[in-house]
Amino acid sequence: MDWAHLLDLLAATIRIATPLAFAAMGGILSERAGVFAVGLEGMMLSGACGAAVGAVLLGPAAGILGAALCGGAMGAVIATVTVRHGADNMVTGIAANILAIGLTNFLVRVLLGHGASPRIHIDLLGPVRIPLLADLPGLGPLLFDQPWLTYMAALVPLPLTLFLSRSRWGLTLRAAGENPLAVFAVGGDPLAIRFRAVVACGAVAGIGGAVLVLGQVGTFTDNMTAGRGYLALAAIIVGRWTPWPTIAACLLFAAADALTLRVQVFSLPVSSYVVQMLPYALALAVLVGLGHSARLPAAAGTTFRRGGG
Amino acid sequence: MRGIAKSYGAVRANAGIDLDVEAGQIVGLLGENGSGKSTLMKVLFGMVKPDAGGIVYKGRELSGHDPRAALAAGIGMIHQHFMLVEAMTVAENVMLGWDAAGRWLKRGAMATAVRDTSARFGLDIDPEARVGDLSLGRRQRVEILKALMRGVDLLILDEPTSNLTPGEVAGLFGVLRQLKAQGKGVVLITHKLHEILEITDAVVVLRDGTVSGRRPTRDASAGDLARMMVERDVTAALPRIATGRGGAPLLSVVGLTVAGSAGDALDDVSFDLAPGEVLAVAGIDGNGQSALVEAVAGLRRPEAGSIALLGRDVTGASVAARVRAGLAYIPADRGMTSLVQGMSIAENLALRDIGRAPHSRLSWLRRGGMDQEARRRIRDFAIRTAGPAAAARDLSGGNQQKIVIAREMDRRPRVLVAFQATWGLDPGAARFVQEQVMAMRNAGHAVLYVASELDEVLALGDRIGVLCGGRMVAIVPREAVDLREIGLMMAGHPGGEVTA
Repeated sequence: MDWAHLLDLLAATIRIATPLAFAAMGGILSERAGVFAVGLEGMMLSGACGAAVGAVLLGPAAGILGAALCGGAMGAVIATVTVRHGADNMVTGIAANILAIGLTNFLVRVLLGHGASPRIHIDLLGPVRIPLLADLPGLGPLLFDQPWLTYMAALVPLPLTLFLSRSRWGLTLRAAGENPLAVFAVGGDPLAIRFRAVVACGAVAGIGGAVLVLGQVGTFTDNMTAGRGYLALAAIIVGRWTPWPTIAACLLFAAADALTLRVQVFSLPVSSYVVQMLPYALALAVLVGLGHSARLPAAAGTTFRRGGG
Repeated sequence: MRGIAKSYGAVRANAGIDLDVEAGQIVGLLGENGSGKSTLMKVLFGMVKPDAGGIVYKGRELSGHDPRAALAAGIGMIHQHFMLVEAMTVAENVMLGWDAAGRWLKRGAMATAVRDTSARFGLDIDPEARVGDLSLGRRQRVEILKALMRGVDLLILDEPTSNLTPGEVAGLFGVLRQLKAQGKGVVLITHKLHEILEITDAVVVLRDGTVSGRRPTRDASAGDLARMMVERDVTAALPRIATGRGGAPLLSVVGLTVAGSAGDALDDVSFDLAPGEVLAVAGIDGNGQSALVEAVAGLRRPEAGSIALLGRDVTGASVAARVRAGLAYIPADRGMTSLVQGMSIAENLALRDIGRAPHSRLSWLRRGGMDQEARRRIRDFAIRTAGPAAAARDLSGGNQQKIVIAREMDRRPRVLVAFQATWGLDPGAARFVQEQVMAMRNAGHAVLYVASELDEVLALGDRIGVLCGGRMVAIVPREAVDLREIGLMMAGHPGGEVTA
């Protein structure tokens, strides 16, 4: 593999990692507050749908907004079922993911295709060149000539880290995921905190879906997230529920995915389907290696009932 | 606090209690389990609304307040189970839910404040330590620190020594003396006499929701307090016929030792159970009671010692073998251990004998037989229900316990082990359970009855045993019972060991 191939691989890695990064950052909010973010996939897909509808009807900015709104709405559905009514996080998340597939297909057909499968063409967001940095030899054009959503994905961990560790809200959010009773004992409302965290998770993951539509594919196709939400979920675990390491994990999984794309070109005597399994097999292998993590928020997946002790 | 009253259903937890605490004073609140100590303090802290009575704090009326308002007014409470986030540091726990920590957390300033407060009261707490890494004694200090930093002037501690090692207890008392020296008021809830005598300035003794005595600690003696804590009218006697108590023991336990955490272990316990007698075991909760009953019932394997049932050694026998040999067991938590909540009454009643007629034949259940049997038991034991098909969870606690009693007693066991069998039942249902126990005794069988209500133990036992710290400190015949002695022994006060 020569230099050009390597650059190409890196470019693909960054491209694939961007939607994952948004989803994973959203998932961190949800899981640190104590709700497993199994519904990330559905939130991303809803976001992608919202992005397509918004962009077609009103333009790209509306696309981003629509993605956040639709992702947040899916988050609100999940939060209502799990947080308010105490349903199982896993089952609810998976059900929401399946619901999202049907719902987005339906909405896109109704809103954009007059009932039939629509032909959607959205102009991709162009790259934004950062002067000087982009002129650096070698990696310059690769890192600093990207769509602005990619820069955003790279920067989200900064405010997220500050929020979680430095703000009172973040502290309360983390406490809600560790010991909701302690939050309740000091006069907080763990249920409200969790609800908001899951909605915020949906909005951020929704933008991850928008990246796919507005930045990479230019259209909406059925079930276009295709498992990226689950990969983001694995990245959160590998990243120990902390923003920067989770971004690194996203890049790792994205690199594996990019590599499989390249490997397929070399017409190896292996089925391309087997090659496509690699990123997920890698995720499983990493998870097995990590085993049960002590860093998992202690109260994640548990329900909290007021006055229930 | 004046005239505080609070009832839960038919149970009067507090009936007109007065309590005064002055600045710079440590007041001990002494009483048995269920005497109303915790309820009184929950009223003060605003966790429970009283039915009657009022609270005046620093000259200001406090009513209808919640814990947040109580904290704002300067009243803090340290619960038996700590309200801390283990994965976070001490400083983060202090900042949690506290407006003064700032919208963007003032980490540096808070760490300094934690250090200052810690030094001022001799708490010796590092703000950067992770709570999960701290010992229970340290965590308790973090709770105290949290309260102090929020400007609390009256601190309530609910059984603060129950999870502490002796060294940690000494440390806690040092901290309490510091608080007192700096003019804070402290209420110490406990059932341990020596703690009252060691640390408090005044003591208030509660019994059955009323104040049974109060005095300055220097005028109180351990014997006095024990009497105030446990003495009472013996309620209407249960039918008790002379059984002679002769013959070979039905159950004999020798040197039984069970490993477990403090409060859940047993150390060299021996006793015999003769036909026609009830051995009633008293003790404050968490002194080895569950280890004792579970070892006898076969749920836990003893480390040493032996258990013989009707003369046959069953130390290593399975639960099923013991049941076949004539043992019946009524566990403390009927909701979890005794009943399958989602199954019907008929199914629950049949659980123990599911492999036999009339419940089944050749491993196939016989619904008709089960139903008939259930109807008979529902009638005999006066279980109030819609019918055998109703789910166990739809029944009241008393009726659930009747299912358990019906199932265990109807098998005509020779030895019954009952643990907190009347816990949470209304007086009528409790009476029913006690009458069943006595009927069994009067029929010449034997009962091991473990309960934390001293009343019950005294009403039922032919002999009274006292468990303390996992040891059977005494077994006294009914006629020789001295309440003061029993109270002292329950409270872990060396009161002369008597064995009969």
